[in-house]
Amino acid sequence: MKRAGFTTVSLPVFLLLPQLVIIAVFFYWPTVVALQSSFYLQDPFGFGSTFVGLQNYADLFTSREYHRIASFTVVFSVLVTFFSLAIALLLAVKADKILRGAKTYRTLLMWVYAVAPPVAGFIAVIMFNQSWGPLTQFFGMFNYTYLVGVNFNDTAFAMVLASVWKQVPVNFIFFLSGLQSIPRSVREAALIDNASAMGRFWDVTFPLLAPTGFFLLIINITYSLFDTFGIVDTVVKGEPGNNPMTLVYKVYVDGFRGNDLGGSSAQSVILMVLVLALTIFQFRLIDRRIHYT
Amino acid sequence: MSLSKMRKLKLSMIVDHGVLILGSLFMILPLVMLLQMTTIPDTEIIKTGPTLKIGDQFDDNLYKAMFEASGFAGENSGLSMLKNSLILGIGFAVGKILIGMLAAYAIVYFRLRFATLAFWLIFTTLLLPLEVRILPSYEVVQWLGMLNTYQGLIIPLIASATATFFFRQFFRSVPEELVEAARIDGAGPVKFFIDILMPLSKTMIAAMFIIMFVYGWNQYLWPTMITTDEDMYTLVRGIKQIVQVLEGAVVPEYGRSNVLALVAVIPPVLVVVFFQSWFVKGLTESDK
Repeated sequence: MKRAGFTTVSLPVFLLLPQLVIIAVFFYWPTVVALQSSFYLQDPFGFGSTFVGLQNYADLFTSREYHRIASFTVVFSVLVTFFSLAIALLLAVKADKILRGAKTYRTLLMWVYAVAPPVAGFIAVIMFNQSWGPLTQFFGMFNYTYLVGVNFNDTAFAMVLASVWKQVPVNFIFFLSGLQSIPRSVREAALIDNASAMGRFWDVTFPLLAPTGFFLLIINITYSLFDTFGIVDTVVKGEPGNNPMTLVYKVYVDGFRGNDLGGSSAQSVILMVLVLALTIFQFRLIDRRIHYT
Repeated sequence: MSLSKMRKLKLSMIVDHGVLILGSLFMILPLVMLLQMTTIPDTEIIKTGPTLKIGDQFDDNLYKAMFEASGFAGENSGLSMLKNSLILGIGFAVGKILIGMLAAYAIVYFRLRFATLAFWLIFTTLLLPLEVRILPSYEVVQWLGMLNTYQGLIIPLIASATATFFFRQFFRSVPEELVEAARIDGAGPVKFFIDILMPLSKTMIAAMFIIMFVYGWNQYLWPTMITTDEDMYTLVRGIKQIVQVLEGAVVPEYGRSNVLALVAVIPPVLVVVFFQSWFVKGLTESDK
């Protein structure tokens, strides 16, 4: 709050009201409902529900399918996060270094930020078309029959590829802006001290980029968990079957298609705890970042 | 500089450009492929797939995609989906900025007894994305009778305080002297907001608008749940239907589908490319 703030009472209340009403109705209410229904078992035909305590959670923790999906989500998130960060960092370092055409490269490398995830999934579906997909043909050259939607690993790879493609631009933008904020004097000093470009990168640039990297790490994990929904849904064509899926997709499938409200809500609550932990971790990192730079 | 050193420098420059060109191709080729497929007949695609050939079918496909109704009920043409996408993108961006600015103004510039409580109530929403409470949110919207409406599509997406947080950060960086000077000159809170704070925030508003427009336009899961009437579909929501229709067809209409996918991509991409500097500034500053 500003020291010299206004002292009117009714106006600020009036200004805050729209925001407060919207979050009360569309944030707090649904969140409470999710918490509550995670302790109930709904009748599949919609005739009431019975309190079952922690049964829904116990079912999840002992369910083999849930374990399988949880481990896939972890592997998927690690792969997507690692590759989108690594590729973006390489491109940002190069784009920061060159003089000619820097702006053109920047545009070419960042526009995919605006592409919706399901479109990325749609492109993957075409790329991996069974009979004529360019990437299917590419794998065919090595005598590998690529089967998206049938083979678990093939489908998973298509999802990872589309997710990385979609995420590289965001990371690129942040890394580039992080690189450009490294003071000239620091770069020049490094240039005098250390002749090898590789050495300069690991000793000077990389540590200075670490705060950006930590921050992006959280952003990328959150992206892999939640924003890839559209990619997963298009790649499996809405029919998960035995195909790989993420935890968020499972919430949707169980709750919306399977009408298992209690189980789906318990899954939501588990995800809530996960995001909460990630976000708190992120806020603490941002606090520390101020001391870094 | 010695000759060998110069040669080394030149080689490293070639490598740098090579990496950047490969990266750019990785980004751009998938879209070029979609575009190429819209120029050749569908009967040819199912034999050869995407090639380097450029045909003459684009106009036909564009017409079919934009004006002819598709889908199961035959109610959504590309044009109606484009309209819905624009309403969602712009409605979401405007709503979020308006509500966020007002709330941030109240929190930063007024002495309120419950300011801290309001602050925490609002900023807790940053912790949990819509995806984790998707089913109860659907039930609430259903209970309010807002399924298949623009309000039901837009307002629940606004229930996260990213814009409020952003404007709060920005308002706090505005010099204290401004509000003191305004008060000495006898300007009230409304006048101060409209005449001083709004003009100062112009760039920030523009940056927020771009980010929020793209975010709203690209929504998928929420529109998939809330809109079941085909005339309420957005372009991005329509992708799901495209994939399902392509699956079942004897000669899948790739030409038409790819036009729709491109139309879903082009407006947000143009916004991001044309307003690049605002967009990059908004994105990198908002997350600090």
